[in-house]
Amino acid sequence: MSKSIVLYLHAHQPLRVKPYSIFQAGVDHNYFNDEAVNTETNNKFIIDKVSEKSYLPTNRILTDLLLENPEFKLSLSITGTLIDQLEQWRPDVLQSFKDLIATGKVEVLAETYHHSLAFFYSRAEFVKQVAKHTAKIREVFGVTPTSFRNTELSYNNDLAYWADEAGYKAIITEGWDPVLGWRSSNFVYRPSYTKDIRLLMKNYKLSDDIAFRFSDKNWSEWPLTTEKFSHWAHEAGHGGDVINLFMDYETFGEHQWADTGIFEFLRVLPSEWLKNTDHGFKTITEAAEHYESKDYIDCPNTITWADTERDLTAWLGNDMQIDAITSLYDLEQPIINSKDEQLIEDWRRLQTSDHVYYMCTKWFNDGDVHAYFSPYDSPYKAFLFFMNAYRDLTSRLVEKGVSI
Amino acid sequence: MLGWELPPHHSGGMGVACYQMCKELSLNGIDIEFVLPYSAKFDINFMKITGAHPQSVNEVKFAGGIYDISGYSNKTVNWNETKLNLAQQHDLFAHNVAKLAEYSEFDVIHAHDWLTFKAGILAKQITGKPLIAHVHATQFDQSAGNHGNPEAREIEYAGLSMADQIFAVSKYTKDVLIREYDLPADKIHVVHNSMEIDSDIDESHNLHRYLSVMKSAGYKVVVNIGRKTIQKGLPHLIEAARKVININPKVIFVLAGGGEQDQELVDLAAKFGISRNFVSIGWINGKELRDTFRSSDVFVMPSVSEPFGLVALEAIGYGSPVIVSKQSGVSEVLNNCFKVDFWDTDQMADMILSLVNNDSLARTMWQSSYQEYKQQSWKKSAEFMRSRYHHAVGVV
Repeated sequence: MSKSIVLYLHAHQPLRVKPYSIFQAGVDHNYFNDEAVNTETNNKFIIDKVSEKSYLPTNRILTDLLLENPEFKLSLSITGTLIDQLEQWRPDVLQSFKDLIATGKVEVLAETYHHSLAFFYSRAEFVKQVAKHTAKIREVFGVTPTSFRNTELSYNNDLAYWADEAGYKAIITEGWDPVLGWRSSNFVYRPSYTKDIRLLMKNYKLSDDIAFRFSDKNWSEWPLTTEKFSHWAHEAGHGGDVINLFMDYETFGEHQWADTGIFEFLRVLPSEWLKNTDHGFKTITEAAEHYESKDYIDCPNTITWADTERDLTAWLGNDMQIDAITSLYDLEQPIINSKDEQLIEDWRRLQTSDHVYYMCTKWFNDGDVHAYFSPYDSPYKAFLFFMNAYRDLTSRLVEKGVSI
Repeated sequence: MLGWELPPHHSGGMGVACYQMCKELSLNGIDIEFVLPYSAKFDINFMKITGAHPQSVNEVKFAGGIYDISGYSNKTVNWNETKLNLAQQHDLFAHNVAKLAEYSEFDVIHAHDWLTFKAGILAKQITGKPLIAHVHATQFDQSAGNHGNPEAREIEYAGLSMADQIFAVSKYTKDVLIREYDLPADKIHVVHNSMEIDSDIDESHNLHRYLSVMKSAGYKVVVNIGRKTIQKGLPHLIEAARKVININPKVIFVLAGGGEQDQELVDLAAKFGISRNFVSIGWINGKELRDTFRSSDVFVMPSVSEPFGLVALEAIGYGSPVIVSKQSGVSEVLNNCFKVDFWDTDQMADMILSLVNNDSLARTMWQSSYQEYKQQSWKKSAEFMRSRYHHAVGVV
């Protein structure tokens, strides 16, 4: 078998902050429980919507494929904030994820429980969140992760060094050309300054053909068939070992709606790819162990899988975002010292990267608000509600007599 | 009397000033018919209120208003639109007031600010009655020392020229009128505003739970309430806030009010990295407004050009010492406060720090300013206005 598709899906939902005013700060500590009916900040409403549109049908198809097709396998990451919400509101959907993983052919990756950017602000907090996530995955799914993905596939040499020391077999990130240089993303690599760990980098062209362009009727290649896609994957990087298809789980049914034909595409893709006996599927850890690494990849600067810049500017690109996140992480010591589980949990829930993402003004200034998915009608509202929730945290600390 | 707003259907200090002024004038035996561009329910029995046009207050608010003149232009009048713009509202008001004037009995026309001046001029032309133009804010103020909207400025100039007498809310404003419009000084009379605060209100708990908690931990709260617009000089307060927080991080700045500068101020605070000390609140009223005043340890009014600045008196009434810009009318009637050039953020920060760090100073300043506040009343102003009315109709 010479060439493997490494399919990796990322499932996540944040706990969005409801419209939360300064007059609620200190009084109403439930920022995440918008009870307004059918609003974009009602988290249960969103979970129900995405469950029906994406999680349930996709899990059904994937589970069938895994059971029918001995060669097919995939990798998955699922955040603690999503698991928590499914436990609370949709145990049936959580069960469908359990069924999927119970096939024994799905690798679950490690990450931060709260989908945070803690690695860049507090190593101690980061480590706690990864441990919390691993414990949750063990408890819910009965498996122990062996590979690591950081929030938004953010990555640099330091993160690889940490993951290597922590004993992970592989780590993944974007296959970004300035980092790869003349190399191809279709091989297994080793991060610089590490001993054992392997690095898999997303083939963003082929991944985005599915995740972004699939339903774009202005795209010259529309409609995308499995034959065409398999052919591209086969041709990609002559002599390459891996085709790393990394994307959001919600690609299926939510970003690309059912009527685009995305589910039919998913259902047929494995058998189409496997028509060539040289083709196979591997999970991330399997690929890291199976294929020889071709080179070292040096990545001193942080990259992510987002935007044309592939950096953190969607989360930390303006003063509001930086001030909000700095304010939040500056509370670390007093929050931890409070030993108040609920307070610590609320603080961590505010660390979810989506909150600062909603404050992004990159597209807002262009007037292209539709390119930018947010439950709020402006980044300023996102900032306002977030900072009011932050103020509630500080007043709770003060009331407990913790100095801040 | 011709006005554009009265509480509770109002958006700024002018409506409040008109209300309190008329109340006191009626006590002085003046019969008032107050003509507004809209019809609404008022809990007012001391004067007659007439809607010049049968429309709701929202129709007028939609058009903008006395405080939002950016879109005002006669050139863009389009009568085919379903909603009227400000220029149309302005013309409609003048037209209807002219009609009313023909059939009404009155001795003096008293018009508040430029939006009512055209109506005032027409009423004067039709009836020959004397016109008094009352200036609460000029185009010069609203554009923070620039020219303002040229068409509005033209109307303002016409009204002031046609007026038999002019009332200015401060000496500061009188000086602006003389300088900007070359008006004869002896035609302009200073009538200071006053502020009365209802005492029969629920003071049992403060809605600002967050601020109350932080204050219990030694934090101090600096407040500004007002429209977030260029006239109010709020970026200077944010500059000063940065300097204050640098030295004393236990100071929280609260800015309440709507306006086009809202996002700019949030951005500025974020750029300085002081968002955690900066609370931005939109337009509020009722108990939320009162409790915001009551939360204030220091009230700062850094206006670039403020004809009067009633809000500073209001803050004193609620128990806060105040810092006002020298470019304000209220600084003429207040001695027991800090006065600072709006642009001098070093000194502004210094003053804020001295007040938040020294309770004795804050207490002493407030107690003395409260005495000044209590001496302020509409009584003197109303008596003076009555004498000017008599002068206008030839009864001296």
